[in-house]
Amino acid sequence: MAQVRVTVDGVEYADDVEPRTLLVHYLRERLGKTGTLVGCDTSNCGACTVHLNGQSVKSCSVLAVQVDGAEITTIEGIARDGKLHPMQEAFNECHALQCGYCTPGMIMQAIDLLGDNPDPNEQEVREGIEGNLCRCTGYQNIVRAVQSAAAKMKPGSTADTQSPVSVAGGGE
Amino acid sequence: MIPSKFDYVKPSSVADAVAALQQGGEDAKILAGGQSLIPVLRLRLATPSVLIDLGGIPELRGIREDGDRIVIGAMTAYHDIIRDDLVKQHVTLLAQATETVADNQVRHRGTLGGSLAHADPAGDLGAVALALDAELVIAGADGSRTVPASDFFVDYFTTAIGEGEILTEIRFPKYTGWGSHYEKFNRTAQAWSMVAIAAAIRVEGGSIAEARVGLTNMGTTPIRATGVEQALVGQPATADAVRAAADRVTEGTSAPSDADAAADYREHLAKVLTGRAVLAAAG
Ligand code: FES
Ligand code: FES
Repeated sequence: MAQVRVTVDGVEYADDVEPRTLLVHYLRERLGKTGTLVGCDTSNCGACTVHLNGQSVKSCSVLAVQVDGAEITTIEGIARDGKLHPMQEAFNECHALQCGYCTPGMIMQAIDLLGDNPDPNEQEVREGIEGNLCRCTGYQNIVRAVQSAAAKMKPGSTADTQSPVSVAGGGE
Repeated sequence: MIPSKFDYVKPSSVADAVAALQQGGEDAKILAGGQSLIPVLRLRLATPSVLIDLGGIPELRGIREDGDRIVIGAMTAYHDIIRDDLVKQHVTLLAQATETVADNQVRHRGTLGGSLAHADPAGDLGAVALALDAELVIAGADGSRTVPASDFFVDYFTTAIGEGEILTEIRFPKYTGWGSHYEKFNRTAQAWSMVAIAAAIRVEGGSIAEARVGLTNMGTTPIRATGVEQALVGQPATADAVRAAADRVTEGTSAPSDADAAADYREHLAKVLTGRAVLAAAG
């Protein structure tokens, strides 16, 4: 067993863990933070994305012991005072999810992307989320949601979010 | 899947890490950024007895200028290399190739030293280190030694790093003012290179004065395309001249055949991509 002291979504924890415990399993099974999902066994899908000291990581590819002393933010920690994060709102408004399985990871990666590039064009959004797979949406409305959130998050902006495209037509 | 059981140590100096490695014996494994190792542990393709995490050694991280060299700590993350001004200015090819590795999340964790020590022939940074004549500094119980990239890659997943040794830094000569390009061929986001070409070119008065070309995934190690380099020097940077030189790219290669591509397809790709890479580098 090894000791890990970590701050997750603003709360400090100290736990004994087996060194082989993956961060995502620690978050889900020990802390009950099941908002962060496991979608694959190959580090491809990005469903498990969380922020580690402010940077997005795949929490299935980090050991819990490695985050000793660190700060973690999960999808459960981004709403403020009962109000959704602008990225969550944009995913909702732009219909950027269907089954929702990829959504927590997509949102965490999209927030990271806007930290590096506050005003990405469509290509930059697609490249920014290349580590996250979605089996449902065809990505169109996800890209729109990220750009819509970027417009809303600009200082002083009151921009309306874009309306979603119809998903019934078989995509573009 | 859950990895099999192992012990974990997090030394705070290189000396302590070397000691831990020697104490851990044959089944000890170094943990750098973990972006190759942890997936391998999860699939139980590796079952080390102890992991030695280099994440607690600050001296292994960072990028500095040392005379005519840019020196990169082995634990420096891809994300930091891509954004570093010294790298962008003097070792542009490294920044360009690093940007193509995996995805953002992986680039936040993955490290240059980890990638080179892992020595996957489909990894992108070995060809860059080889083409640019990097030197690798390796620490052991008796101090440090420096190995040129041309002696570092020994075989499939095998390097000159000996038992009980740790890669600590990578030293690149400066290529200030050279043109460069990393041409990577794959079919889907996040995929490994089917073939990729690392090219750095110095053009003088309209013709190619110096050329460096490295190949990814054309053999069991990264390969330096010396035939192409020789054929390029003195040529004008035109499409015809570059394509003729690129025809020599398969000399000394042993391209793998696998589920992604057959060897002859890789050879064809290597020629086409070399032309593209050199022309883009000569820009
Ligand atoms: S669970 Fe798929 S990348 Fe982590
Ligand atoms: S909404 Fe179903 S996987 Fe993305």
